[in-house]
Amino acid sequence: MKQDSFIYYTLHLADNALILGHRNSEWCGHGPVLEQDIAITNISLDLIGQARNFYQYAAKLMNKQNAPSPNGKEVGGEFTEDKLAYLRDVREFKNCLLAEQPNGDWAQTILRQFFFSTYQFYLYRQLQESHPDEQLAAIAAKSLKEVTYHLRWSSEWVIRLGDGTEESRKRMLNALENLWPYTGELFVPAAYETDRMDLKNIKEQWAQKVKDIFSEATLPYPAEGWMHTGGKTGMHTEQLGFILAELQFMQRAYPNSEW
Amino acid sequence: MPLQDLEKIFQDKIDAEIKIEPKDWMPEAYRKTNIRQISQHAHSEIVGMLPEGNWITRAPSLKRKAILLAKVQDEAGHGLYLYSAAETLGTSREQTINDLHSGKAKYSSIFNYPTLTWADIGAIGWLVDGAAILNQVMLCRTSYGPYARAMVRICKEESFHQRQGFEILWVLSKGTREQKAMCQDAINRWWWPSLMMFGPHDSESTNSEQSMLWKIKRKSNDELRQNFVDMIAEQVKVLGMKLPDDKLKWNEQTRHYDFGEINWDEFWNVVKGNGPCNKERLEARKKAWEEGKWVREAAAAYAEKRKPQTPKGALEAA
Ligand SMILES: [Fe+2]
Repeated sequence: MKQDSFIYYTLHLADNALILGHRNSEWCGHGPVLEQDIAITNISLDLIGQARNFYQYAAKLMNKQNAPSPNGKEVGGEFTEDKLAYLRDVREFKNCLLAEQPNGDWAQTILRQFFFSTYQFYLYRQLQESHPDEQLAAIAAKSLKEVTYHLRWSSEWVIRLGDGTEESRKRMLNALENLWPYTGELFVPAAYETDRMDLKNIKEQWAQKVKDIFSEATLPYPAEGWMHTGGKTGMHTEQLGFILAELQFMQRAYPNSEW
Repeated sequence: MPLQDLEKIFQDKIDAEIKIEPKDWMPEAYRKTNIRQISQHAHSEIVGMLPEGNWITRAPSLKRKAILLAKVQDEAGHGLYLYSAAETLGTSREQTINDLHSGKAKYSSIFNYPTLTWADIGAIGWLVDGAAILNQVMLCRTSYGPYARAMVRICKEESFHQRQGFEILWVLSKGTREQKAMCQDAINRWWWPSLMMFGPHDSESTNSEQSMLWKIKRKSNDELRQNFVDMIAEQVKVLGMKLPDDKLKWNEQTRHYDFGEINWDEFWNVVKGNGPCNKERLEARKKAWEEGKWVREAAAAYAEKRKPQTPKGALEAA
């Protein structure tokens, strides 16, 4: 049981990175200016790389303990990163709802990235410093270097847009209204994450960082309010089904093939 | 100095293989030709992101997804180097981009064909990047310094792309019956448009002669095209696939492959804007640019605000 919940936790980390990476990759070729097209693609690449590391590790753990598929359905043969990414359905994905929210305009993409990078920054730091599983701590340490850059990049953009023109500010406020209700879930522990992680601590650090950057961006820090939850346990928004339809198309249309 | 002397010094430099640099005197037509060619090349990199980019979210494995993302990102980088090279000739990136959007500037017609299956991503890497490389290797020695130096950087990455494309097809060619069919179909569709990438026959090409004299180009369209056919006709054997040309045959006498005639009606039609995706490609670029306007304005406004300001009254006090 304990091992199961550790596997779930690893999958949760992988799903977060994959789904946000997927969203960011939708910008590739369509960014507002070439340099930023490259930057958002870079972040997407980092996140997909992180997802691969977590999936590979989860697959290894699952193969070792001869685990049934997390959804109780056999996928055939050994687990691999691709089977975990491409052959699970919406209810088995464990990413936070924030990661699957649509790109919207550049303001919404930036704010989603800022909220998430801030979360990943403190989360990975805690994993690196105090998680007893060496492999997970090592992946977190490697990812932390990348996330440090994502956090800096997205913070700079939050400030630039918040304190830019009247229009950019209006768009940031709109993005804030859309995304804020999805931030609460980040800190509500799922059953599989309670034992090792101190989410309360992460929440405090997250809030402080967001307050600091918002104040520089002249943006208001909202009251906590009603928050959506469910992503961590597979209760997603309708967005995820469409993401998976696209993401998984090839593996579903041509099963059991090498690519 | 009289114009004739300047022109002589210029041509002597070119003949002596000395690169022309931004501050050097150059004939107006040389400047214009370079601006046209470099910006057309830059636009091709950027528009070229679209047909491949639309498979990023559908790539069949995480590894392929990461490789494709990195590849399309490289193309954006190539666009950046080339826009910078064009800027050294006195044209702004914004102006160059406006010319693309107004239809005044062209980009390579190959990107007006649709990517229908995953195998197209392999075929583009292998054939389209393969054709581009032959052109670009030549351009590493082009006479305008900034263009040549941009090409050296680009060529390294491009040959990597070609190998990745070939590898995609290689895996398909060893795969299931459906994958093999997908592979052959993509080769069938991309072969002729790839041959068209080298442009019209030398006898029909309007700018060629002067460009050769100025060493902007060093090989003719037909020469490059023949090099390409010779290369690909061998590589396709490794895949166990066929090129869709009955006339393709090794010629002992010429030591080259003979090949069939290109459908030039199709070529000119796509150039004129009637290709399958001309409209979509240009619309996608315009949309990205227009929707990014407020972002660029906000960034500029913010940079202006944070500029170190002269303290109030400092000037008066001095
Ligand atoms: Fe390129």
